[in-house]
Amino acid sequence: MEHKVRQIDASLVTDEIERLCISANCNLPEHNLKMIEDAMAKEKSPLGRQILENLLKNHRIAREEQVPACQDTGLAVVFIEVGQEVHIINGSLEDAINEGVRRGYKNGYLRKSAVFDPVFDRKNSDDNTPAIIHTRIVDGDRIAITVAPKGGGAENMSALAMLTPAAGAEGIKRFVVDTVSKAGPNPCPPIVVGVGIGGTFDKVTLLAKKALTRTMGSHNPDPRYAAMEDELLEEINELGIGPQGFGGTTTALAVHIETYACHIASMPVAVNINCHVCPHESSVI
Amino acid sequence: MVKKVVTPLTNETVADLKAGDSVLLTGYIYTARDAAHKRMMALLDEGKKLPFDVNGATVFYVGPAPAKPGHVIGSAGPTTSGRMDTYAPRLMEKGLKGMIGKGKRSQDVKDAIVKNKAVYFAALGGAGALGAKCIKSARPVAYEDLGPEAIVELFVEDFPLIVVNDMYGHDAYVEGRAKYEVR
Repeated sequence: MEHKVRQIDASLVTDEIERLCISANCNLPEHNLKMIEDAMAKEKSPLGRQILENLLKNHRIAREEQVPACQDTGLAVVFIEVGQEVHIINGSLEDAINEGVRRGYKNGYLRKSAVFDPVFDRKNSDDNTPAIIHTRIVDGDRIAITVAPKGGGAENMSALAMLTPAAGAEGIKRFVVDTVSKAGPNPCPPIVVGVGIGGTFDKVTLLAKKALTRTMGSHNPDPRYAAMEDELLEEINELGIGPQGFGGTTTALAVHIETYACHIASMPVAVNINCHVCPHESSVI
Repeated sequence: MVKKVVTPLTNETVADLKAGDSVLLTGYIYTARDAAHKRMMALLDEGKKLPFDVNGATVFYVGPAPAKPGHVIGSAGPTTSGRMDTYAPRLMEKGLKGMIGKGKRSQDVKDAIVKNKAVYFAALGGAGALGAKCIKSARPVAYEDLGPEAIVELFVEDFPLIVVNDMYGHDAYVEGRAKYEVR
C-alpha cells in the first residue's frame, strides 16, 4: 500500500508558535470579555463591580495597543499534536517550538520569566525558553498547536491530592473548594479553575492544565461531570472571595473538569488555577 | 470616596488610610521583587546602603513587560506579595512606608505594618496594560542584569490602588470576604 507522507517545514511550526505566543497574551477572545460583563451584571459588591469594569477596560487596551493584558506573560506551555503522517523537515520539532517562543517573546515585547536552574543560579534565560512542551502523536497529516502561557501567581496556588475511591464526588468537591478558598486573593480572582480527575500522579496534573485550554465556561460532555462543574462554580462563588479578593459573589468565572481512567486503588485530583486573563490560543497547520 | 495620596509617604498620610479605601497614588515608587529583595538583604547584612532612599519610600512588587517603542514601560501589574513577606519587615524597620502588590500578607508583615506605621496597597492583578497607563517615567536604579526583576524608579500619576492592610491592624481581604461568604 502506498503511503502518503506530508512534509512540513520546521520553520512553519516556528512561525505559528511565534504568532500564537503574542496573540494569546494580547488578544483576549470577545467571549471571555462577555463572561466578565455577565459576571459584572450579577456581582453584588459595588467595589467588585468597579474592579470587573477595570479588568474589561484593561483587556480592551491590551487588544487595541497589542500589549499583553498582564505583565506576567508566563512560561510558554505548548500542547502539540502531530499527525503520524507528518514528516517534519529542516529541523527538530523541539528546536522549532523553542525558536518560536524565543521570537514571540522578543518581537511581542513579552516578559521573559524563565530561569534555567530552579534552585541555585535562578538565572533568567532572557528569551523565555525552554517552553513546557506536551507532544502527542495522533492520526492524520496535520499539526495542531495550542499555546497556553502560564503565569506564576495562579500556578503557585494549584494543588494535587491522591484521594481514595471512597472519597467519591464529595471528596473531590471538598478538595477543589478548599484549594480555591486557601488561595483567596492571590491568583487574581475572578479565576478559571481547571480540574483533573483520574489517571496517575503525573497524568492528573496534565488533565487539569488541559482543562484550562477549553473555551471559557464550556462543559464536560459527560452530564455528570458537567453538573459537577456547575455545582463547584456555585460553591466557589459562595466563598465570598470576590473580584481581586476584596469580597463579592464572583470568585470564579468557570470550572472545567477533564477526566481519565485510573487505578482500582486511586482517585487522583488536581486543581490548576488560572486568573481571569486565562490566555491560550490554538491553530492547525 | 477616592483618596489622593502622594509619595514619599508620611506618618500623617498613612494614619489617614483605612483598609478598603480606594486611593489614587502619585509620585516616585520603586519596583522590586524576589531577586532584588534578596540582594537588598545581602546589602543590609553587610551594613551597606540600599540602592534607593528607603525612608518614606513605597515599593511596587512588579516585573514589568518590556516597553514597546514609544511606550514608557510595558504592561505592569502587581505580583503576589506573599513571596516578599520574609523581607518586608526588615525594610519597614529601615523606613519603608508603602508596599504595592496583590494577595495576602503574613501575620509578621501585618504586625510590622502596625508597628512601623506603614501601609499595604493592592493594585489590580492581571491588569498590567491599564496599570502601565499611570506610569509616566521609568528609570533603572539597580540590578539591570536581573531583567524584569531589576529595581526601577517609576513616576506614577493617579495610580488606582486599594488599601489592604492599614496601620490599625485591619485587613480588607478578611473583612471584605466575610461580608459575602455564605458557606
